[in-house]
Amino acid sequence: MIYQGKQKIWADYQKEIPDNHWFYVRSCIRQNFFPASEKYFLTICRDMLGRDIYETEHHTTCAGIAYHCDTIPQETAMTVVARQFALMTEAGYDSLVTSCITSFGNYTEILETWREFPELEAKIREQLWKACRREFEKPKYLAHASDLMYKLRGEIAERAQYRLVSRATGEPLRVVEHIGCHYSKMFPHKGVGGAEYPCVLSGMAEAWGGQVIDYPERRHCCGYGFRQYHVKANRGYSLSNTHKKFESMEPFHPDLILTNCPGCPYFLDRWQYVIAEMEGKTYGQNGYGIPALTYEELAGLVLGVDPWDLGLQVHQVAIEPLLDKIGIDYDPARKYLGMNEKKIKTPGLPTTLKCC
Amino acid sequence: MGKLYDLLSRDYRFKEGLKTCINCGTCTAICPAAEFYKYDPRKILDTVQRKDEAEIEALLKSDTIWYCGECMSCVTRCPRGNAAGLVIMSLRNLSAQLGYFTCSEKGRQLWPLTKMLTGNILHTGYCVHPSTFNPDDHPESGPVSRWVIENKDEVFGRLGANYQGKGPGALRRIPQEDLDELQAIFDVTGGSERIAAVEDASRRKAAEMGMDFDEYTKYTFEHCSPGHFNNE
Repeated sequence: MIYQGKQKIWADYQKEIPDNHWFYVRSCIRQNFFPASEKYFLTICRDMLGRDIYETEHHTTCAGIAYHCDTIPQETAMTVVARQFALMTEAGYDSLVTSCITSFGNYTEILETWREFPELEAKIREQLWKACRREFEKPKYLAHASDLMYKLRGEIAERAQYRLVSRATGEPLRVVEHIGCHYSKMFPHKGVGGAEYPCVLSGMAEAWGGQVIDYPERRHCCGYGFRQYHVKANRGYSLSNTHKKFESMEPFHPDLILTNCPGCPYFLDRWQYVIAEMEGKTYGQNGYGIPALTYEELAGLVLGVDPWDLGLQVHQVAIEPLLDKIGIDYDPARKYLGMNEKKIKTPGLPTTLKCC
Repeated sequence: MGKLYDLLSRDYRFKEGLKTCINCGTCTAICPAAEFYKYDPRKILDTVQRKDEAEIEALLKSDTIWYCGECMSCVTRCPRGNAAGLVIMSLRNLSAQLGYFTCSEKGRQLWPLTKMLTGNILHTGYCVHPSTFNPDDHPESGPVSRWVIENKDEVFGRLGANYQGKGPGALRRIPQEDLDELQAIFDVTGGSERIAAVEDASRRKAAEMGMDFDEYTKYTFEHCSPGHFNNE
């Protein structure tokens, strides 16, 4: 009886995620900083697991960063998104999957606002027609890319070549996850597990053999803060928030950080470099940092994809200690090659943060 | 009802964000900005719902409304369904619309943000783009980001992006016809008008501060005066 009651309560935190046929829109931040993650989202879903994910070259930014930096009016942001919906409709899809948490939050906010204020939706339809001569249907299903990866986590586990387990001890790796604020803090019912029990990332980590670690500031913002990062004068805000998270997670000795949001893996990676350079402090073992991975990067590692194909060389925190811990093979000499194995200049090294 | 409150009330984010604030302070307790800046969203909601025009005008001209990071952590925790973050967005929108943003240091940052982000959107179709990412403006991005930017074609190609290429893929060149549609959207929805208004007000402020406009843009992007932080 008690178990059934819990199941009923838990049902309120579930999200319907269709299994197939998605219209895909990319993330500005991820294309710049983690382009291989987007490539492997498509490779895993399409090529390895046979799902239909459609992309058109004609989609653009959702303008979410500009909107949350308060540089454009709400109706401009809404009409840009309405155009994305029009491209989805024209392509014959009714499910939209976005690679970006800011976009996911933006799309969700727009759909919810239109639901409450239909006259605004009508106005945006008129404006889109006037500007672009396009019409649209609203998506029946809206997902973040991690929702889909969460749904496919079992299929990924079945094909896994590695598990998130220490080769030396046989113990599960200690994983901390960072959901990203705009995934479910604004509209909890739109995220898997809501804002209280978000399991979109912890579900993946556990399915692939890891142990999820709780820590006091688990749900604290990574510190992006939009204008608080994009304006050079404000970046202390961003750094301070990340610092708070690292100080909080440090006693729990995580092996890796699994992230959801486009900006979060960047900030949780780069601010470790800055803290090391400013204060001489590092949070990993032996002078290294704690690797912060995207869910595609982690899925790719589990599936046996070459770490340098996954783009793990464009993290500032070295990934090699984690690869060694799991027992993943890699060729150090290929880390910084260009296209077609071309040798190019290698990056400089930080002063304090240890890199390979 | 006063003019400023009336203008705020027309903003859908204001309608969504301010219902009946009971001033419990939960938003402030959870707020990452309140921990860092001299910032208290509880007080902002209290000021706004008092509908005092002079106080609202002072708020629109202050640094205070620009401290929020729009993480929306406050939305989850408010026991009465308010969204302080959305109210902040409506206040910022009105401050930009009326030109009041130039009265505060943090408000003046709206110009370099507008120049960078809307410039990227209208010229490339992305909010952020490697062609405008200057590692010197981002020392925190580390030597690896400098390496990526200095070897864009090789590294993005290696990572499977379609950098500046035709067809779909990461960092593809977005066709001109699509950029034209974005421009048309900005023109029709008030985005272009907003950019022009922010630039005009900023140019006037630059002249008032005795700076040429490039100097003003750099200064507002980089300068931080003492007095903003809790630990000062």
